[in-house]
Amino acid sequence: MTTNQIFDLLKNTFGLKVLQINLNDVPQSIEITVKENYNLFIFLRDNDRLYFDMLSSITGIDNGPEGNTMEVIYNLYSIPFDLHLMVKIKIAREYAMVPTVSNIWKTANWHEREIFDLLGIRFEGHPDLRRILLPNDWEGHPLRKDDVLQERYHGIKIDY
Amino acid sequence: MDIQYTYDPEHLKNSEPIFTSLTSLKRGEMVFNIGPQHPSTHGVLRLEVVTDGEIVKEVIPHIGYLHRCFEKHAESMPFNQIIPYVDRMDYMSAMNSEHAYAMGVEHMLGITDKIPKRVEYIRVLVAELNRIASHFIAIGTYGLDIGAFTPFLWLMRDREHILRLLEWTCGARMLYNYVWIGGLYYDLPLQFEDRCAEFSVYLKPKLEYLETLLMNNKIFVERTAKVGVLPLDLAVNYGVTGPILRASGLKYDLRRVDGYSVYPELDFDIPIGTGAMGTLGDCWDRTYVRMQECHESLKIVDQCLIKLSNELKRDKEFNPRAFVPKKIRPKAGDYYVRAENPKGELGFFFRTDGRSDVPVRCKARGCSFVNLSVLPEISKGVMISDLIAIVGSLDLVLGEVDR
Repeated sequence: MTTNQIFDLLKNTFGLKVLQINLNDVPQSIEITVKENYNLFIFLRDNDRLYFDMLSSITGIDNGPEGNTMEVIYNLYSIPFDLHLMVKIKIAREYAMVPTVSNIWKTANWHEREIFDLLGIRFEGHPDLRRILLPNDWEGHPLRKDDVLQERYHGIKIDY
Repeated sequence: MDIQYTYDPEHLKNSEPIFTSLTSLKRGEMVFNIGPQHPSTHGVLRLEVVTDGEIVKEVIPHIGYLHRCFEKHAESMPFNQIIPYVDRMDYMSAMNSEHAYAMGVEHMLGITDKIPKRVEYIRVLVAELNRIASHFIAIGTYGLDIGAFTPFLWLMRDREHILRLLEWTCGARMLYNYVWIGGLYYDLPLQFEDRCAEFSVYLKPKLEYLETLLMNNKIFVERTAKVGVLPLDLAVNYGVTGPILRASGLKYDLRRVDGYSVYPELDFDIPIGTGAMGTLGDCWDRTYVRMQECHESLKIVDQCLIKLSNELKRDKEFNPRAFVPKKIRPKAGDYYVRAENPKGELGFFFRTDGRSDVPVRCKARGCSFVNLSVLPEISKGVMISDLIAIVGSLDLVLGEVDR
C-alpha cells in the first residue's frame, strides 16, 4: 500500500482531520489536525490493511518564535506489511498540548516524557508526565528556541 | 579568578526525590534504591524499587545521570562533526552507530549508490566485529551479575583482540570516528585481512567452549530460565527491538527487513528464541540469541574478508575518502533512518532546511532507551535477585539511554 492510498483511506474515513500529504519526506508523511486523534491512531494500528503495530519514534520540533508553531512527528512501522509512515501534527506554540498515544502504543510513554522534558509540549491524558532526562528541579526546556539557561543550578555556575 | 561555588545547605537538596509516596505504602512494604552507582545496573541507572519482603512490587527507573545533550549539541554543528557524538551514545558499539548515522546522511544527500563496494564491505566488517564485542560485554557482564565469573574473563580477553583489531584500523580503542559520511577515515591497514581471518579461526572454538561453560550450565539455566518473560505482543507494543524482540520469537532483523548496505549479498541466519530451557522470551532466550548472533556475525566477517581479499582487493588507486562530500547540504525535508545495532533499532530523525550544513533537528531514537521502558512491566512480582537478572538481560548501555 502506498502512502497515497493510505492518505485516501484516511481521508475517506476521517475527512477534514487529515490535512495533507508530503511525498518528499522519507518515509512519506501525512499531516493531521491535533484534536481527537485517538480514533485515527487506533484506526492506523488496527486496520487490517495497515496494522501499524510499532511506533518507532516520536520527535518534537520547535519552529521558533518566528514560526510560532511546534510539531510532533510520529514514525510508524507496520511489521506484517513492511509499511512506513510519518504522521505530523502541528500545534500553536502557546497552547502546546497534544493528546497522548501512550494508551495505544506503550512505547509512547517514555517518548512523550522525553518531549515534554526537552520541549515542554504537554500530552493530554498521559499517565505520568514527569521529566525523564533532566533533573526534576531543572527550569526550562532546553530544546525550545527561546529557552534561557538558568544561571546557577544548585549553586554551580552553568554557563562557564 | 572568581569563586565558582559557595556553600549553601539549599544546594544539597535532592533533585530527583523518591517517586513513591511513603504514606501510601502498605504494611510490610519498603522502598529502596538500586544504583545509580551499582555494578549490576551496568552504568548509572537508578532503580527505585518498592518491595514486600523479597518480592518486587514496582520498579521505577530514574534515568538521565549520563545526559550529555546530544540533540542540543547536534543543532549547532555540521553533519560530519556529529559523528564523534554518535560514537559516545552507544559506546559499546560505536562502529554500528556510526554506520547507521553515515548511512542516514548519505541517504539524505542521495549518494548512497556512489559509495564504493569496498568501503561498504569494510563498514560491514568493522560493524560486525564491533557487534561481537558488544555481545561479549552483554553476555560476560550478565554472567558476572548472576555469579559466573569465568565467562567474563574469557570474553573480556577475546573482546580485547577485537578492540586491538579496531584500534589498528583507526587508532582508537572504543570511540572510533572511522566511518565518515561518504567514505572512511582510512583504508584497512596492510595485512588486516590476514590477521582478522586468524582471529576468526581462533574465536570459533572459543564460542563453542563458552556455550558449554555458560549457556548449558545448570546454575545459569536455573537463574535465567522462566525469569522475566516478555511476551511478543507486549514487546512489539513497547517498541522493543533487537535480540530482546527476537528472543520473544519474532524473526525481525533490520539487516534483513530493510536490507541496507551490502547485507542482502551476505549469507547469515537470524537466530530467534525457542524457549528451549523454559518459556519463550525469558532471560535465557535473550542471552542465547546474543550467543547465536556472535556465530552469525563471525560468518559475515568471514564472507567480508573473502570479498575484501579477492574481488575488492586492496588497490593503490583506492581512496576511501574519494566520495566524502566537501559540502554536506541535503535538500530540505524530514528523514527517518534506522539500522540494526547490537541492541536494537537505532533510528535518527533529521530535519534539514536545505540552506545550511547544520541539521535543524537531529533526534536519536536509542534502542536501549526504549528497551529499558519495558522493565517496570516485566519485573512486577519477581524476586529482587531476579530483577538483577532481568536488568542484565536487557543489555542496557546508559550512554544511549540518556544520550
